[in-house]
Amino acid sequence: MIRLSIPFRQALSRLSLPVLVAVAFGTMLLGKADALLAERARMALADLLTPIWSALQVPATALRDVVQEGRELLHLRRENARLREENARLHRWHAAALALEAENAMLRRQLAFLPEAAPAFHTARVVADGGGTYARAVLLAAGPNHAVRKGQVALDDRGLVGRVTEVGARSARVLLVTDMNSRIPVALEGTRARAILAGTNGARPRLQHWPEGSAPREGDRVVTSAEAAAFPAGLPVGVVRWTESGVAEVELFARLDRLDLVRLFDYGLGGILPPEAVARPEPRQRR
Amino acid sequence: MRKGRRPPSPGLLRRADALARAAFPAAATAILLVLAAMPVGLPGAVPAAGLPCIFFWSVFRPAALPPPVVYGLGLLQDLLTAAPVGSGALVLLLVHGLARHWRRFLVQQSFLAVWLVHCGFAAGAASLDWALQALLGWRLLPVQPGLLQVALAAGLYPTIAFLLTRAHEAMRRAESAA
Repeated sequence: MIRLSIPFRQALSRLSLPVLVAVAFGTMLLGKADALLAERARMALADLLTPIWSALQVPATALRDVVQEGRELLHLRRENARLREENARLHRWHAAALALEAENAMLRRQLAFLPEAAPAFHTARVVADGGGTYARAVLLAAGPNHAVRKGQVALDDRGLVGRVTEVGARSARVLLVTDMNSRIPVALEGTRARAILAGTNGARPRLQHWPEGSAPREGDRVVTSAEAAAFPAGLPVGVVRWTESGVAEVELFARLDRLDLVRLFDYGLGGILPPEAVARPEPRQRR
Repeated sequence: MRKGRRPPSPGLLRRADALARAAFPAAATAILLVLAAMPVGLPGAVPAAGLPCIFFWSVFRPAALPPPVVYGLGLLQDLLTAAPVGSGALVLLLVHGLARHWRRFLVQQSFLAVWLVHCGFAAGAASLDWALQALLGWRLLPVQPGLLQVALAAGLYPTIAFLLTRAHEAMRRAESAA
């Protein structure tokens, strides 16, 4: 160990704070100038920590389930009544769906229609919140030789969640549709009008840029549109809700506050990625 | 020395003990940051968990967290979140510097007064963070997530301070026994 004189050591300890503040400023500028370096560092750390987070998922999930169960027990009666009502409604829809399916099959036979192959997907577990105060993102644990690639579309069991923006060796980051940087081309299912779904960091993203004369109506279903080749058409997104102040928002189908497992679909589309994502999506491998 | 207590073991063991004591504040803070990144449905939990730890140790045991360690913890916080790399480190270094500057005054105050000062620090840190991120991203950011972060940090402080006070007292006892 190097022996330093006491005044020198005191001066060094007094200087270290201002020097490190300057270093922090430098780090900020470096991270701004070289976004790829910051992204690599972030994914390297995520790769390192993902096994720990994965291991901690087991007790965390068990705890959450206990809390959830307790809450459900409290509202058992009300929930039962609601489910009975919903079941009656769904029975009617079930009959309608069977009739439509039969009609659809008959029409397809007459048209010599070639059905699209169902897209392949794999499932990944959400292990950490990758956002922070001003961003909305989650980290996924992917296996050692995973097939996760940038630009893949993530859905939970109900609807659209986001897109894969960064991929590491064992983990991947998904930018949620609620993030401020997220802009998604959507279509209103009722009118087929196109619009843009813009994230605001809040729970409900906003609708923007719909064509004049076809304003979204309360309760309209919103699905993705294939504009800009970023998303396949028709993925369920949510339902239009107008706020008191006259802003068209979308109540998402996906439950972003309690993401557990997401399905990653590979549609092989090479569309636009957010500006932070440096590399373009890699092309789909031929199999 | 009390009766029946073993004399402090000399040499290696004692050095390992001292090392563990010196490393505890930084290691506990790092572990807390990693745990706060787990998906709990509360965005902004990582910076809100880091600030009370840094504040507490800077006031009550400044030698345990030298500026390079604070910088490292800030960098860890930035990499865990999507914040611009270095912004969290800058904010935590300033918090550490100010808290250490006023520690002589703060150490004598009651818990409630220290908590209030911590709330002020949390508000200052969140506004600086907001300004830095707005400047680096060159766009206006919503204020609400910042307010949520302040409230979360203020709410977490009593719990964290309670646990860290216990650890701090245990460490002091061990030091006076050695």
